[in-house]
Amino acid sequence: MDLIPTPSQTVGPYFHLGLTGGRSVARVAGEATKGERIALTFRVLDGDGAPINDAMIEIWQANAAGKYRHPDDPQTAPIEDDFWGFGRLATAEDGRCQFETIKPGRVPDSRGVLQAPHINVTVFARGLLRHLCTRVYFADDPANRQDPVLALVSEERRATLLLHPDPGRAGHWLFDVHLQGERETVFFDV
Amino acid sequence: MSKIQNATGPLIAPYRRPQPGSQPELLHEPYRSTIRRAPSKPPILLPHTLSEVTGPLHGHEEIGETDNDLTRQHAGEPLGERVILSGRVLDGDGHPVPHTLIEIWQANAAGRYFHQRDQHPAPLDPNFSGAGRTLSDANGGYRFVTVKPGAYPWRNHYNAWRPAHIHISLFGPAFATRLVTQMYFPGDPLLALDPIFQSIRDERARERLISRLDMETAQPEWALAYRFDIVLRGRDATPLEA
Repeated sequence: MDLIPTPSQTVGPYFHLGLTGGRSVARVAGEATKGERIALTFRVLDGDGAPINDAMIEIWQANAAGKYRHPDDPQTAPIEDDFWGFGRLATAEDGRCQFETIKPGRVPDSRGVLQAPHINVTVFARGLLRHLCTRVYFADDPANRQDPVLALVSEERRATLLLHPDPGRAGHWLFDVHLQGERETVFFDV
Repeated sequence: MSKIQNATGPLIAPYRRPQPGSQPELLHEPYRSTIRRAPSKPPILLPHTLSEVTGPLHGHEEIGETDNDLTRQHAGEPLGERVILSGRVLDGDGHPVPHTLIEIWQANAAGRYFHQRDQHPAPLDPNFSGAGRTLSDANGGYRFVTVKPGAYPWRNHYNAWRPAHIHISLFGPAFATRLVTQMYFPGDPLLALDPIFQSIRDERARERLISRLDMETAQPEWALAYRFDIVLRGRDATPLEA
């Protein structure tokens, strides 16, 4: 059997009522979570380069050992009590939102090739009839060169998937989501 | 299909891709906000890895006692037509999806959201916030009590009115099964005029978004009921060979 899945519809402008506000998750890692502490600031921009103040970002990531907190992850590395790997925030007036987390470890793909550290990102907004999926990678990480998913992306667009270090603040990383335009972010059909 | 994965990688049974036309196109010009927000380049097909077949799971500790009854979240009862909304969450094979988080939000009976940015001059209801959440049970079943939301104007075009709807968000078992959608009511003449509903080409897929009157669940002298089953993506039974 292959039932038709229920189609997506836009979150609209009032999703804060049900999904963020008291339901936001800005801190992805707890006090005891192992790994390099990082802050990720996303900014969501439309085709005119204007910030979008009614978008929502969700992130999903592995822990520092490259293990997801999920029964379908068969790896032997342990999960951690205070790390779920999920974050969710609405963008502010300037189109930004900021997560505090840890840098994830490397996760194998289905052939056993280790992927570079990455965070899975979902973008929702008024005007998006379906959510968009992308991944963010760390610009300075040498593992990016062997990453099997980055390898699917043409070289000139690969940079749209890179988090860049915030020059003034150690451990802070910046990422612009361009929904359209010359610097349109690469989105994946997941 | 039936070959076992080579020994070096984790077994990955991928989720199936939706049939063409069964999801809305990102660029649907009658819905004007898509014009400057829909990506113009085609997405890159991502073969599933652990990153896509895992996803956030949620527990009962996150659910409060009145979270699934939007009529009992304040001192008094909200105005409007009380309704029971229930159904099942299923996967593409028709199997239940248990213990998954379902979140809803909606306008009040007058068509006004309890939200700062909603300036529609219809009354707010001090007894209605319009947000709820629950977990599906072991059989995929869920149930909310709420009031039927009103239609409201939205400036997309001249005299544009959204059909009455309830926003629904689900996680399912994986990053790949995430779904945010809207549930509509049967027989609403505004559906034919609504660019958001009409953004889905396949009529059978569109019909999935319309609940049906459910007289078996309706409670005499108390509340009408609507049934809305939600189908998440199916999954291949056997890991694909890499």
